Amino acid sequence: MSFPWAKEYKPTHPFMQWMDEKLPVPRLVYNAVGSGYPVPRNLNYFWNFGFLALICLTIQIVTGIIMAMHYAANTAVAFDTIEMTVRDVNWGWLMRYAHANGASAFFVVIYVHIFRGFYYGSYKAPREMVWLLGVVIFLLMMATGFLGYVLPWGQMSFWGAKVITGLFSAIPLVGEPLQQWLLGGFAPDNAALNRFFSLHYLLPFVIVGVVVLHIWALHIPGSSNPTGVEVKTESDTVPFYPYFVAKDGWAVGVFAILFSIMLFYFPNALGHPDNYIPANPMSTPAHIVPEWYFWPFYAILRAFTQDFFFIPAKLMGVMAMFGAILVWFFLPWLDKSPVRSGNYRPLYRKFFWFGLIPAMLVLFYCGGAPAAEPYVMISQIAALYYFAHFLIIIPVVSAIEKPLPLPYSISESVLGHDEGAQLRPAHGATEANLA
Amino acid sequence: MADEDGVRRRDFINIAAVSAAGVAGVGVVIPLVSQMSASADVLAASSTEVDISSIKPGQAIKAIFRKQPVFVRNLTPKEIAEANAVDAASLRDPQTLEERTKEGKENWLITMGVCTHLGCVPLGAGEGETKGEFGGYFCPCHGSVYDTAARIRKGPAPKNLEVPAYEFTSDTVVKIG
Repeated sequence: MSFPWAKEYKPTHPFMQWMDEKLPVPRLVYNAVGSGYPVPRNLNYFWNFGFLALICLTIQIVTGIIMAMHYAANTAVAFDTIEMTVRDVNWGWLMRYAHANGASAFFVVIYVHIFRGFYYGSYKAPREMVWLLGVVIFLLMMATGFLGYVLPWGQMSFWGAKVITGLFSAIPLVGEPLQQWLLGGFAPDNAALNRFFSLHYLLPFVIVGVVVLHIWALHIPGSSNPTGVEVKTESDTVPFYPYFVAKDGWAVGVFAILFSIMLFYFPNALGHPDNYIPANPMSTPAHIVPEWYFWPFYAILRAFTQDFFFIPAKLMGVMAMFGAILVWFFLPWLDKSPVRSGNYRPLYRKFFWFGLIPAMLVLFYCGGAPAAEPYVMISQIAALYYFAHFLIIIPVVSAIEKPLPLPYSISESVLGHDEGAQLRPAHGATEANLA
Repeated sequence: MADEDGVRRRDFINIAAVSAAGVAGVGVVIPLVSQMSASADVLAASSTEVDISSIKPGQAIKAIFRKQPVFVRNLTPKEIAEANAVDAASLRDPQTLEERTKEGKENWLITMGVCTHLGCVPLGAGEGETKGEFGGYFCPCHGSVYDTAARIRKGPAPKNLEVPAYEFTSDTVVKIG
């Protein structure tokens, strides 16, 4: 579906006409990311991050397939094959560091993309399905990132695998058998490494599938925009090609510069030195931390140190960590405000900038800090706020807030006026008696 | 054509076919799921014999059992007294030192070196490692603290360090597993 004024694909070349009859892939592309897809004319730079995420996914798949050509998922040699890739394979260092830093870049981009959604209410009707699929992609990304970090079989790889599969042992009754089933043994070993490699290769393609659904679901109502006012007429939109393709291209350029700086000058800045020590099942590193993109959720996991009635602290922590993301699934229904954009929601905006963002940053910092005071207590307070934000503050704010007046249309917000602007029919009035 | 009960031949075939497909589906899923469980070579009973003659009171060693560390610790009389001074009923996972050691060998504390929280190796068995505020073990991952009987005293771990099956084959040799 698209807007009625969307340009129609009309191939002129006989071959393209023949193709359009047999397999209309060019038509699909034209309507999805070409002139046939009108987007709001007022999209700001935050709307570039979806495309950047796609670029990151592509980088990861290309470099990942190449890494797999030089890697062996065997505990005896896995660590060495990575080092040999870096030292001996032509351009192997580039592939390895692009893949490792590409994962970080992907998460940077995706966090901006997600928080764009929080601020501008992108999750609200009619785009709930876009949001839900997005959360699924994020969960798949976390699983893929975790599995990939295990493959070099360094100390952090091994102990990360042990701790994360240990999360499942918190589940009552079936927990320990489940953990042994996941690992294929009592501790991470060859069986675990092999299946992690298999799944690490599989999941990115599952992500590609869900991304297709994500974009499909998005293109039914069309993209949201910074005002949160829906598209009314053709003057509110521009065709995706060339306008937004050019803007996305510019964003890719900026991204490429920043990514290159990380890749070529600080390739190990986001890694952990302990992962250059081969895995040793007999010795846990003194300070064990996951990759930086898991820190906020890791802090929530560690925030639970006391049993809660009959629920052990361990299970509480695990439930809270997963709950911290699962709560996003309910966001479209927790936020009842009819106004989408934070620009027109003065109270919501304050809680976003001075509540959610600081809480996430504090959790992020504490997740990377040692498991000691005062970090545990600070994590507890921040985790409490985090859940309160979604489960209490958002529903209450959306009920009591008086939003600012919205522009009549996207055109009005851009141009300052809209010739076609008209008052909405008063309550009970009909089109007929207005005319 | 319906018989006297109103059951048609087609209804029977429908139910039979769907049931057969369901049973076959379960039959296919079982091997697909089961192949991920620990394989026979992993499960093959592995036992470890540990010579404890060189472990002096206050010392501990790490042995390997099922590719995981086992702590073998020779408790000092003071550590035994500390463990016995605690009212076991007040603990998160109530157990006395006596229940966690063999009769007449109360000074030999043999436990898995696997934190019951998420599986890290606690510190305290190696030379110079911190033993935590209860003098037993301290897990650096998430801050679980174990006492001199390796019982959980503080932090997120739900259980005491697991005591594996073991026996003294002589005064100086322990067979674990």
